[in-house]
Amino acid sequence: MTDVLARDLARARNPAVAARRAHRRRAAEARFRAASVAGTAVALLTLVVLLVALVGQGLDGLRATRVALDVAFDAATVDPDGTGDPAVIAKADFNALVKEALRARFPDVTTRQDRKRLNGLVSSGALYELRDMLLDDPGVIGTTQRVWLPASDDVDQFAKGHIDRAASEAERRVSDQEIAWLDALEADEALQTRFSRIFFTAGDSREPELAGIRGALVGSLLTMAVTAIIAFPLGVATAIYLEEFAPRNRWTDLIEVNINNLAAVPSIVFGLLGLAIFLNVVGLPRSAPLVGGLVLALMSLPVIIIAGRAALTAVPPSIREAARGVGASPLQVVAHHVLPLAMPGILTGTIIAMARALGETAPLLMIGMVAFVVDVPTGPMDAATVLPVQIYLWADSPERAFVGKTAAAIVVLLGFLITMNGVAVYLRRRFEVKW
Amino acid sequence: MLTLLPLFTVVVLAVVGYRLGRRRAAALASRGAPRALHSLPSYHGSYVALWSAIPALAIALAWLVAAPHVIESMVVDALPDDLRALPAGELDVLMNEIKNLADGYVARAPSPAVQAATDLTNRLRGISAAGVAAVALALASLGLLFGRRRLVPDLRARNKVETAVTAAMLGCSTLAVITTFGIMLSLLFEAIRFFHVVPLGDFLFGLQWSPQTALRADQAGSSGAFGAVPLIVGTLLVTVVALLVAGPIGLMAAIYMANYARPRVRATIKPILEILAGIPTVVYAFFAVLTVAPLFRDVGARLGLDVASESALAAGVVMGIMIIPFISSLSDDVMNAVPRAMRDGALALGSTTSEMIREVVLPAALPGIVGAFMLAFSRAVGETMIVVMAAGLAANLTVNPLDAVTTVTVQIVTLLVGDQEFDSPKTLSAFALGLLLFTVTLALNVIALGIVKRYREKYD
Repeated sequence: MTDVLARDLARARNPAVAARRAHRRRAAEARFRAASVAGTAVALLTLVVLLVALVGQGLDGLRATRVALDVAFDAATVDPDGTGDPAVIAKADFNALVKEALRARFPDVTTRQDRKRLNGLVSSGALYELRDMLLDDPGVIGTTQRVWLPASDDVDQFAKGHIDRAASEAERRVSDQEIAWLDALEADEALQTRFSRIFFTAGDSREPELAGIRGALVGSLLTMAVTAIIAFPLGVATAIYLEEFAPRNRWTDLIEVNINNLAAVPSIVFGLLGLAIFLNVVGLPRSAPLVGGLVLALMSLPVIIIAGRAALTAVPPSIREAARGVGASPLQVVAHHVLPLAMPGILTGTIIAMARALGETAPLLMIGMVAFVVDVPTGPMDAATVLPVQIYLWADSPERAFVGKTAAAIVVLLGFLITMNGVAVYLRRRFEVKW
Repeated sequence: MLTLLPLFTVVVLAVVGYRLGRRRAAALASRGAPRALHSLPSYHGSYVALWSAIPALAIALAWLVAAPHVIESMVVDALPDDLRALPAGELDVLMNEIKNLADGYVARAPSPAVQAATDLTNRLRGISAAGVAAVALALASLGLLFGRRRLVPDLRARNKVETAVTAAMLGCSTLAVITTFGIMLSLLFEAIRFFHVVPLGDFLFGLQWSPQTALRADQAGSSGAFGAVPLIVGTLLVTVVALLVAGPIGLMAAIYMANYARPRVRATIKPILEILAGIPTVVYAFFAVLTVAPLFRDVGARLGLDVASESALAAGVVMGIMIIPFISSLSDDVMNAVPRAMRDGALALGSTTSEMIREVVLPAALPGIVGAFMLAFSRAVGETMIVVMAAGLAANLTVNPLDAVTTVTVQIVTLLVGDQEFDSPKTLSAFALGLLLFTVTLALNVIALGIVKRYREKYD
């Protein structure tokens, strides 16, 4: 027995064996360390890939193609009686103007079918732009103007290079004939892809080139307003009560356990709650930002409460004792001293909770905020949709052109989230007090 | 807007009450000198404002809640006898039509009887709105006068106001409990109705899920099958893929941050990784559909594998990316909580850093890490948008991650989005699924939070 031990000991002390063992252990150390660095790197890399892929696509979706045409604002078409009355002008056949301009640009197109295709180059939204132009300035009637009109989504996709010229004609959405026309326009510098305002000024549309996020943006703002108005005061009041006033008993324990668990309940369950209670029992309208805001408020409450309590705990007891010492009542201690000191922390938590609510989709699907809403909502009871749901709807659309729109909407949404989180970080840095 | 009128009136009166009360208190103070007031004048003002606002708001709220039901029963009473004799279901439809007409949605020209009922509804609504405004105004004024008359220098206005405020805060804090009960009751209520039609055993152990009930009774598959097993298996499959992605990456990242990284590096990397948790899930879903799923399909085709375009793999991998921070941040926290002395002891005995981590830090932090994994698991089970868009709708009972599967959350969304009749087993089954989801995630969370909490207390 002792012989064996002595032999092992001798082996262990053998410099060559010890060096090998040390080498092995160092290699294991290096491997483990490399693995931990690799794990971190992979996580960071996915984030970068995700953002780059989305932002690249999104910038593409923010740009739109326009075609320049010499539109003759023929008085006989626009305002035959020369009334100059906006009501008459608004009803004029602007489609005819566009068709006429296209025919003038490509006079050798004669067959009915070709002409139909030619007219298809320009978006159906072009006539509204012409109408608004005339209503703004009736003086152009009777003149010929060079106007940049929105192109159809296929032309847009072609101009951005998403349609492969080399593919066989049957496989692409743009025919050889159309490509020839577009090349001719291109040669004239009458085809241009640039930043598009439509995306920010229009509501949803079935035509990708006319679809915008204005409606969803306003819907999101209304929903967030409802959420903030409900969740912030309730959350702060709850946090103050639990942290400063509540006696330690089974009831407050129950509340605490509840809040912690609610924070981890899947968001879709809140949607089911909203559907069963707010829509079916209370009878509020479907698709309304009010209901969406209520559901999101219930969802954000636990987050705000937890953040609020953390901020209140961080205020040292000496502040409270000093205030009590000079005769403040318990409520005055909180209202005049503790709450103002905790406010930056509470606001930070609230903003982060709101950012989460802004990106939330699933519960809103439950309460019918997925409707196709063209009009921009004007109040919390109107049918509306929100940014993330708009993203979902566009992502589900079959047209290739909606991919760019979806990504652009995502970029806008991420922009909002980054701004909100940036404000939260700033608040924390600026007002954080180390006691 | 008309419903806001009583509220507005009461608020105005409360403000008036506050000012009157404060002035009255100030007058009392100067008249009753040298006896000072018990409370500051502003508390007397708040006292009057509360007397003015609370009773009026309470009555107005009760009125607004009760009014539609009262109006409905009055309109039903006034209907001609032949309409009142209709079966309950048809009467409900008729009443809905009348309500819609009264709201101004005219679908088709109403019959004279319905038109009369609509006019009556409109008239009653007008009376109710005027009534609630009048009652609110009267109560607020009476409350104001009553509160103001009670002002005396001795009045303990501050204590009373503070009691009211504290009570209000207590009320706010019960909202969390009410929400939980609201969730449980609404889910239970609808789920029990569902289990009257489909037995609980069939739901939990049935192997087939096809909720599409046919329109006509003689159509094929009209019964609808509500076996949740394919959904549960699908959910688990996606979740397991997600954990296989997020587990190693998250844990290794946590090990790096907690043990190797310098404090400044850690302070930078941790929030950056947490961005992953802040990105909306619909964005991940789009990423999965646009980039990851086609990539897997192409790679699969090259390897000779048949990958479905909506595979569990793509959804799982993207979901895994999403839950990385849940694992990395929480594990990092628990590893940091392992006392310095234990690490130093291991290092002093000559172990390398990796040996110290494997032999000391990880075993000590294990309960917390398990808790982190459980939280991530519960998060992945409840995740909706990624699977709605990137996993399929077909309820295949399979454990092959290359196939399309469907999950509990996907089915809830598909069953409830769009038009729905609320009493069909199809719609109700969504609530049964919701109940299942809620129960499972709740159990996971309770256990996970318990583990994390108990572990944290050990070293504090």
